Amino acid sequence: MEVIAKRPESLTDLQFTYCPGCTHGISHRLIAEAMDELEMRNMMMGVAPVGCSVFAYKFFDCDMAEAAHGRAPALATGMKRARPDMHVFTYQGDGDLAAIGTAEIIHAANRGEHITVFFVNNAIYGMTGGQMAPTTLPGMKTTTSPYGRDEKDIGYPIKVCELLDSLDSPYFIERVSLLSPQDILKAKKVVKKALRYNKEERGFTFVEFVSTCPTNWGMDAKDAINWAKENMLPNFTVKNFRDKAKEEGGE
Amino acid sequence: MTTELICSGFGGQGALTIGKFLAKAGMAEDLNVSWLPSYGPEMRGGTANVSAIISEKPIASPIVSYPDILVALNQPSIDKFAPNIKKGGLLVANKDMCPHGTERDDITIIEAPMNTIAKEIGSMIVLNMVAIGIVIGKTGLVKYETLEKDLTEFLEKKNPELLKANLKAIKKGMEIVSK
Amino acid sequence: MSEKVLMKGNEAVAEAALRAGCRLYFAYPITPQSELIEYMAKMMSKVDGTFVQAESEVAAINMVYGASGCGKRVMTSSSSPGISLKMEGISYIAGANLPAVIVNVQRGGPGLGDIQPAQGDYFQATKGGGHGDYKTIVVAPSTVQEFADMADLAFELADKYRNPVMILSDGLLGQMMEPVEFKKPKTDEEMKKLDEQHFDWCIHPNEDEPNHHHHEINSLEIDPNVLEQHVTKLGEKYDKIEKNEKRHEEYNISDDNEVVLVAFGTAARIAKSAIDELKAEGTSVGLIRPITVWPYPYEAISKALHEKVKKVVVCELNLGQMIEDVKLAVNGTLPVEFLGKVGGILFTPEEVKAKILEK
Repeated sequence: MEVIAKRPESLTDLQFTYCPGCTHGISHRLIAEAMDELEMRNMMMGVAPVGCSVFAYKFFDCDMAEAAHGRAPALATGMKRARPDMHVFTYQGDGDLAAIGTAEIIHAANRGEHITVFFVNNAIYGMTGGQMAPTTLPGMKTTTSPYGRDEKDIGYPIKVCELLDSLDSPYFIERVSLLSPQDILKAKKVVKKALRYNKEERGFTFVEFVSTCPTNWGMDAKDAINWAKENMLPNFTVKNFRDKAKEEGGE
Repeated sequence: MTTELICSGFGGQGALTIGKFLAKAGMAEDLNVSWLPSYGPEMRGGTANVSAIISEKPIASPIVSYPDILVALNQPSIDKFAPNIKKGGLLVANKDMCPHGTERDDITIIEAPMNTIAKEIGSMIVLNMVAIGIVIGKTGLVKYETLEKDLTEFLEKKNPELLKANLKAIKKGMEIVSK
Repeated sequence: MSEKVLMKGNEAVAEAALRAGCRLYFAYPITPQSELIEYMAKMMSKVDGTFVQAESEVAAINMVYGASGCGKRVMTSSSSPGISLKMEGISYIAGANLPAVIVNVQRGGPGLGDIQPAQGDYFQATKGGGHGDYKTIVVAPSTVQEFADMADLAFELADKYRNPVMILSDGLLGQMMEPVEFKKPKTDEEMKKLDEQHFDWCIHPNEDEPNHHHHEINSLEIDPNVLEQHVTKLGEKYDKIEKNEKRHEEYNISDDNEVVLVAFGTAARIAKSAIDELKAEGTSVGLIRPITVWPYPYEAISKALHEKVKKVVVCELNLGQMIEDVKLAVNGTLPVEFLGKVGGILFTPEEVKAKILEK
């Protein structure tokens, strides 16, 4: 029998703990496929965050560390410096990366650490039960913004790619969407490019996934996708912000 | 025998270095030594200072509250520390920058125009070495030869001119008290 | 190299750490430990090591966490307010069974306090400090020489037990210069051995072992039954450390002692000169100086108490923290009195004498 689809080797055979319709499974798979294709698995170390993807250290089948909330880029810095021959990625959500870990991500990016950061933005704290995130949209209701996010009171959503793009050091910054099959295919290419740059020791690479959280948004999977297309994408523009390979005159 | 010193002056006058070279020489002579600088905001206000102890016994507290010897390179140092010099102790003062001196009459006071002497030798940065010369000339705290050996190791290759100036300044200080 | 050099405690412990094979150091500037970070900034590149000035204390300790997970000798240092920030990471490092060395050059607190020497972090260092059930091995130097020697000791203990070790010093030991003699630096062969000592659990390149590369560096066990086993195991490790690693110094301890003093670190230096002076005046006083303050040498104290001893005096540069451990050791058999100074002020030998002679 011909095998036409299988689990990437870079994922363990554990069942994901994610909710039905959640896009974490997709981003995990894209990263794992790219690791397989680039043959990086045996030299890869990953850092899992605190949040829904806290168990990512069990799902990716390479050396893994589990960080404290927001500290993944600091751990990754220590790991990469201790094992410069190996490769590191972090996998972080919006609360982890853009609130409690703001200092760590900005400074890891600014040092140009040779790591790849995968940033899952679904505009909400998932694991703790749907609280407001730094990326929660204006007017969006969450359990800690029950009357809708009031930007006059708490500010506007933080746009992380734009923020990091203000730094000179990062090598590659791109925001992708996981909201349609076409988007996912495009995202795969971006993920693979970031990891290839990582393998080639080019510098700090960053990929943001515009994602969904059907459970905490209170929608089914399809509605969540549609809602995200209508509301997330206008706020979080899908585009490449930085690719120094291009600036350097092609690859 | 235990000798407790405070060396104090404006930042850049080399007060801390006086303590350091005396302590290093003490160490080379197999004595127990400690060197504890003031740090932080205490450095401001013209009294960058160091507590140094040279002793035959192991040193307990390295903090000097009541010095046997005060080396004061400027007037604020006298104002701050001279009242605490032990009775019968020694004040070595830089006359060029200590216009008011002290009212203490129960201590030995040696005043020397260290800026002027240093200028004559050709380098302002050796003014602290004049003070070292006075201290060892007066008290025999450590031997000149020990200091010479240490300074030579430190400076011979790096800056032979400065080495010469330093040694000259120490000798000049010793001359002042041998008169 | 057995030549004596005159060096600040902050620099001496840094040099000793390099000689002990520390090749990664992450820290954030704070007074009065700045000479330590500056020494590492200057010297680490000369031994092909890694120095990173982190964006915060929190980031620094988490860089340590990451590097330690890769099995390397790694260190960070700070002073009291910065150590508070590191407590998060220390708890994770303890939970993940990782070796690491943390130097605390204590200053006056609470809050920003001041930058003068103090011992106000005793509770934080010895009783946990961060969240959860864990213990940090804590060693407390009282001279610059001992401060330097403890770098080697701290790494040995950290590696032996896969546990964080703190060197609990203070601004005085950090800032003062005293003569110090260093051990020889590790040879290439010894470095290689160090590098491979944790290969059974740490993250390391594994191209040759494609099926053996899913190491997890982790303090999370979501299943209560698994966490129970994990923490119970930690407890067993702490029992072993308590059994094997208590260290203390006895000074003038004898059957003639009328008073027994207990003091650690800088406070013990001052206590010693009071003891010397009293000895000359005909009063016999002994000193127990805990060298490890966790595990705490309770038995050494209780052993020093006999019929002639009238009381125990504890001297600390705080409001009274270690005295609680001394009381546990004395167990109500004798009065336990306290002499303390706070705010970064030291007591004098005269004050210690007066306390000892107080009826």
